[in-house]
Formats: sequence, C-alpha cells, structure tokens
Amino acid sequence: MERQNKNESTVLKWVLIIIAAVFLFIMVIMPLGMVVAGSFAKGLKYYIASITDKYTLKALLLTLRATIASVICTSVFGLIAAWAVTRYSFPGKKIIKSIIDIPVTISPVICGMIFLLLFGRQGLIYPILNKIGIDVIFAVPGIIIVTVFVTLPMVFREIVPVLEARGTEEEEAAAMMGASGWTIFTRITFPSIKWPFIYGMILSASRAMGEFGAVSVISGHLRGLTNTLPLHVEMLFNEFNTTEAFAVSSVLVILSIALLILRLVLQYISKKKIQKIQEVTD
Amino acid sequence: MKKRLLTVLSFLMLLTVLITGCGLNRDADGNIVSKKVTLINVSYDPTRELYEAYNSYFTKKWKKQTGQSVEVIQSHGGSGKQALEVANGLKADVVTLALAADTNSVARSGLIASDWQSRLPDNSCPYYSTIVLLVRKGNPKHIKDWDDLVRSDISVVTPNPKTSGGARWNYLAAYAYALMKYDNDESEAEDFMRMLYRNVSVLDSGARASTTSFTENGQGDVLVCWENEAYLTLKNDGSDYELIYPSVSIKAETPVSLVDSVVKSHGTKKVAEAYLKDLYDEKAQEICAKNYYRPSDKKVLEKYSDQFPTDFTMVTIDDFGGWDKVTKKYFADGGIFDKIYE
Repeated sequence: MERQNKNESTVLKWVLIIIAAVFLFIMVIMPLGMVVAGSFAKGLKYYIASITDKYTLKALLLTLRATIASVICTSVFGLIAAWAVTRYSFPGKKIIKSIIDIPVTISPVICGMIFLLLFGRQGLIYPILNKIGIDVIFAVPGIIIVTVFVTLPMVFREIVPVLEARGTEEEEAAAMMGASGWTIFTRITFPSIKWPFIYGMILSASRAMGEFGAVSVISGHLRGLTNTLPLHVEMLFNEFNTTEAFAVSSVLVILSIALLILRLVLQYISKKKIQKIQEVTD
Repeated sequence: MKKRLLTVLSFLMLLTVLITGCGLNRDADGNIVSKKVTLINVSYDPTRELYEAYNSYFTKKWKKQTGQSVEVIQSHGGSGKQALEVANGLKADVVTLALAADTNSVARSGLIASDWQSRLPDNSCPYYSTIVLLVRKGNPKHIKDWDDLVRSDISVVTPNPKTSGGARWNYLAAYAYALMKYDNDESEAEDFMRMLYRNVSVLDSGARASTTSFTENGQGDVLVCWENEAYLTLKNDGSDYELIYPSVSIKAETPVSLVDSVVKSHGTKKVAEAYLKDLYDEKAQEICAKNYYRPSDKKVLEKYSDQFPTDFTMVTIDDFGGWDKVTKKYFADGGIFDKIYE
C-alpha cells in the first residue's frame, strides 16, 4: 500500500513537472527562440546593421534615460515614503499606502491619458508651460515623467513589508544610545532593507524598459526623438520590417536577461550574507 | 549628519533633473538663422518610405541653397489619431495627413489658418492616390469590380471608416460605383453598401492593420486599399497577390499643410514652406511616383503611366459635396455608415 502511494506520488511529481516544463516551453522558450531566429533571418550582418541603426540607437538611449530616471525616482521616493509610513503615525496613513499602489495597478493607457489631459493642449497646465516654452507632452520630458509614474511604487512596495516586520526596537535602542538619525539609517535600517531595495530597483528598471502603453499615448511617435525601444519595435513591425523589428526586440530581450541575471546574482549574495550572519549569531 | 542625507538626496534630484532636463533645450528659441533646424512632419501610416526618400532629397537641396542643415523628424500613425495628437499639443511644423477632413480638424483647434487648402497648388495635394482591390494570386474568386464584393461567397477586408482615413476613401469609392450603377438612387446604393459591409470579415482600426490582416494573417479574399499600399505589398511579396482596378474609384487627395502657430513659435516658417513647396518640383514628383503615389505634375504622371492607369472613372470628394458634408452625412455618429453597419 505504502509502495503504491510512493509510486503514485512520483508519477504525479513527474506529470506536474512535465506539464510545467511543456507550458514553459510553449509560452516562453519557443516565442523567445522565435525572436532570436527571426532577428537572424537575414544573417548576422543585417542583424548588426539593424541594432546599430541611427534610430535604434536613439531609441535605446531614450529608453535608458527613462529607465535610469525611473530607478532614481522610485528609490528616493520609496525610501522617503516607506520611512514615513512605517516610522510615523499620522491620519490617513492607510489611505496613502493604498494610493501609492495606483500607478502599478492602473492600466498604462490610462496613465498616459491622465498626463495627456494634464499637460496636453486642452490641459490645465498647458498655458503656463507654453509661456515658459517647455514641451512636456509629445516630448522627452513627458516620456520620462510617465515612465517614472508607472514605476514609482516599486521600491516602496518591496521595502515596506520588511520595515514593518522588523519593527522599531533596534532603532529606538540606537537612538537612546545617542546615535544620530543618519547613523541609525546607514547602520541599522538600510542594511536590513538593502536587498529588497535593490530588488525593487531591478523591478522598476525592467518595467521602465518595457513600458509601452503609457508612453505610446504621449509619445507622438517622433522618430529619433520620442520613440522608445518598444515603440520603435512596433513601428518597424508596421513598416513591414519584420526582421529589423525582431532584431531590435532581441536588444530588449538581452537587456531583460541581463537584469534577470543581476537579480539572481544579488539573490545569491544576499542568501550567502544571511547565512553568514546566522552562523555568527549561532 | 542630517546634512549628508540632504546632500545625497539633492545630488540624486540633480541627477534626475539632468537626465530629464536634456530634452528641454530642444530648439527652444528655434532660431531660423541657426546652423541647424529641426522640422517635425506628422503624417499617416503608409507615407514612411515616401518621406524617408523625400527628406534626404530636401535636406541636401536646402543645405545647398541656404547652408543650413535641416533634420526632419517623422511621425506616422492612423491619420485621425495623428490629427488628434497635433490638436492635443504634438508640435508638428507640417502635417501631411490622409485626408483634408483630418487637417480641417487640426485647423478647427485654431492651429492652422482656415484657408490652408488654397495656399498650395492642386488643393495642396502634391501627390494623391486612388482606391484599388488587392486579391490573392490567380484571382481564385474572380473578383473584377465592386459588384463582386457583395457576392455571398466573398470575404472583404477594409478598415473602419470611423477611425481610418483610408477606410473613408474606400467607402466613398465603392459608394460612387453604387450611385452610378443605380442612377443616383441613394437608398439602393445604401443597400449595396450594406451588403458589401456584411461581407467584411475584419474591420481593423487603420489601413496598415488591414493590410497586415490580409497578408500576414491570411484573412479575406479581397483587400480594399490605397493604390500605393497595394503596390508596396506587391513589392514585398509580389508573387502572392494581384492588383485589380475597379471600373470606378475615387481621387484620394492627401493634402499637406504647415501648422501656422507651431512654425511661428519654432521660427521654422521659411523652411517649412520650402519643405512643402519643393514637394511639387520635378525631382520630388519623381520620388512620389517611385513610392507609388500619383504625382500632381501631369508630365511625371504621364511618364509613369504604366504604373498609374487612368482608364477608369475617377470621382473626387467634391462630387460628394466636400468633406464637411460627407463626414456629417456618412461617418458621424448616427450617420449612414452607422445605419448600414449594425
């Protein structure tokens, strides 16, 4: 009887593993393989020409700029907001904690429209912006602003649970012993949230690089000016340049794989560190 | 110690401002005498290849004439959507859209003078196109004319005239045929259109999307499309399709205009005017023809007569009373298209 159970469970185990593997193959590996195959359809030379094309490079640069801006903003904002929410109590705290999530939960297209209505020609702020001569919508600042918007809560979401779980005892103890706010932050608070913090940065970077919907609404698709990499891919595809579109997609794939590897490495390091700490405390 | 935190924070802020700020100084004064000037041309989907070729011709010519180097930035998309974006603040120096109605909608937002269409020759159309039928190789369903599109065994691909400029031309071309067939009896012509749109299997939002549905996704027996789009498809996979000229079609005028208030604030009026005017010179007309747009210059059109047959009836938008009337009657909410396509 026991033996049969064991057999059953190994059969079940393999069935489940195979289902998962097949699913992964069909949904992830195969499409990614298609991207690679598609991008080399006209040979290596064409591939290199496609990804070093003037407009591709400009799109890549814009995407990187938006990504860096997003990572910086989500980090700064995330730290400040998380600190405020977990260390102080004030009325409306719960509401703030939910509102912060709006940019990630709302559909990106709507994010784009919000900024279009705010900064566009029919918008409230447009007359002021026009007077000073600043273009926001259909210009680079707009692209960066919406990308920052959709990634804003990423770091916050990662570090708040950790801060909440840890409580404030250690910091209070340090404060009683006369440590300054900065010392408390760098010596006690930050080390404990370092990994979730970095993880949040990586998440926001990958979201920022791939952002399409929100950016599409306010980009105006100005080639070489407000075209990000994902928009450039769509444009090439619409131009019947399938091979080039795949080649540029592969750049995005490479970037996300790089981030994925970075994440794995960081996870590995953080695990090691935690083990070390545990060994020491044991 | 708090100071350090502030320093770090302000440094990060500064970095953010620097990164975002780079975009702010884009031709802020837009001085026309500067060495470099940027023109933004907001156009519709199929003109990408045309303007790529024309831009390189124009930049060379302008450099030679004035010593100024000009960079033309292109934007392409569905014509109606592009017009809306310009009205919403996309700073286009020139608009080269799919139909006068879209340029009119930009004009109504106050950005373009209302007499724009009389500022350049030929209704401001340096090039135009017409509507044709694209069928699969060997024409297995024997499609010869609009008549065949209402047959029960035919599946038609055409975009949605509510959203697509090209689709409106498609509608009007077929409607012109129906009016001729039924001696201007509008109710019979509408029945014809009802039958035609009953056969539409995919009603995409834009002309390019329809082409993709027909070619890449293998939908439908016949694609109703721009002549230039049909030629472009033939150029890409010539062995798979055939082009059919119906007995009646429409002169699909695709006018160009500068956007007055934008060129004023950018200081680009002179170069934008030249950019549009030079579309009419002979070399540019050749570029249009080579990109499958019918040149307005009769001599150049004659030269490419193999490519642009004229042995069919070509009605114009004026035969329907102009775009304002047509939009209201056929394509507005509750208009005739809504009635026949339920």
